[in-house]
Amino acid sequence: MHEICEQIAAEEHLRLRIARIYSELSPEVLQRKVAEGRTIALPPAGKLTRETIDGCEHIVGLMGHEPIAQALKAGANVVLAGRCTDAALIAALPLLRGMPPGPTWHAGKTAECGGLCTTRNDWGGVLVSIDQGGFEVEPLDDLAACTPRSVAAHMLYENADPFRIREPAGWLDVTDATYTALDDRRVRVEGSRFDADAYTIKLEGSAVVGYQTVSIVGIRDDAVVARIDEWLTSLEAFLTNRIQTVLGLDTSQYDIVLTPYGHNAVLGDLDNDPRPAREIGVVFSATAADQETATNIAKFANPYLLHHPLPDMGYLPSWSFSSSPAEMERGKVYAFVLQHAVEVDTPMELFRLDLAT
Amino acid sequence: MTGNRTLGTLADQIRSKNAGPFWVTIDIFLRTDEDYQLAAAENVLTPELIAGRYKVPATMIQIFRVPKLRVIKISYPRREPQGSIHDRDMHAAHQFMPLLSVPVPLQP
Repeated sequence: MHEICEQIAAEEHLRLRIARIYSELSPEVLQRKVAEGRTIALPPAGKLTRETIDGCEHIVGLMGHEPIAQALKAGANVVLAGRCTDAALIAALPLLRGMPPGPTWHAGKTAECGGLCTTRNDWGGVLVSIDQGGFEVEPLDDLAACTPRSVAAHMLYENADPFRIREPAGWLDVTDATYTALDDRRVRVEGSRFDADAYTIKLEGSAVVGYQTVSIVGIRDDAVVARIDEWLTSLEAFLTNRIQTVLGLDTSQYDIVLTPYGHNAVLGDLDNDPRPAREIGVVFSATAADQETATNIAKFANPYLLHHPLPDMGYLPSWSFSSSPAEMERGKVYAFVLQHAVEVDTPMELFRLDLAT
Repeated sequence: MTGNRTLGTLADQIRSKNAGPFWVTIDIFLRTDEDYQLAAAENVLTPELIAGRYKVPATMIQIFRVPKLRVIKISYPRREPQGSIHDRDMHAAHQFMPLLSVPVPLQP
């Protein structure tokens, strides 16, 4: 990213000061926070442990507006920031210029997804104008409009709580916010509050779950489609048993999942729709500590995915693999594992700012 | 008018999405104040009903009723964090589906 910026600057004959702010955190820094008891578990997570930190491949902290504001203040024309809170990116400059935090953070959150707070939510950006008493928002696209409803509704988006959002320095609270139409495309918002709280940095961390190999097999046979749960259960039981016997692996060493697309792949046991499927694509995935083991399991499962019958079938059926070879190696797969924050002494404590002169 | 409608036919829009990798949030938008009053009645979307449909503890379910927007918002922890081997819906895009068939009495 930095090289791209420098290249564009050179091509356009621009003299730019480019700031880089790094948000990746070392495990050692976080181990120290654990030792000092300065970590906070966010629901539904349990206490942060050393093991969880060691299991992470990457950990970032979500910076607030301060590192970005510091870069701007130091004369940066371009700021390349790592992970920061969605609203901090927009809030940095107005806060640096002394705008009040309630309206500023609310404006930042509102503009964070561009046109999503307008009536044409797939299109264009928005302009937010912040003053001492509130902020105004209008779409950049002539065909879009901001309405009190479209702007207020954006607080729902990807937030568990529609009224209160945690930022590093405290809480944005829009419980008492009012949304007023200025005309048919501009909205004024007043009454947003920012309540200061202990300064914390939220963490994001992912861990390698394992290496995965998948195969896809299609089933169009009415009898099996009608009894797909029975077919899947018997196949999984058979494979689990044979993987132990033939490959010598017990279930603590691998994980197999049969996901029936067309039946209930998306919702699983939450699916309450009784309608039958017409055809089903079963995605078989094997996950293990290394790719070779995952692929061995998938190759071992191959003939059974191809031929597994219902118990009362008097013949050996065949099912439809989507490719040959059927096995697709997916490499590492990751899951999010951190739902925690840490206390810091200063907003910059965990972040490094590089500003070329 | 008496009888029931389903939430899926009454609502203007129902959507679900991750609220971070550990939570799901569902937004139910109603067309009119009358429809909102019906769907937002305390006995329609109860924590117990939601707990049953999503197999999560009722105590962990948050329900927000926002009359100004004619919106009911429901948030609950994911059973599997995003990306886990058993996660079937990485962005929780379809998790609103089990609510479509919830009966809404037409007389509050």
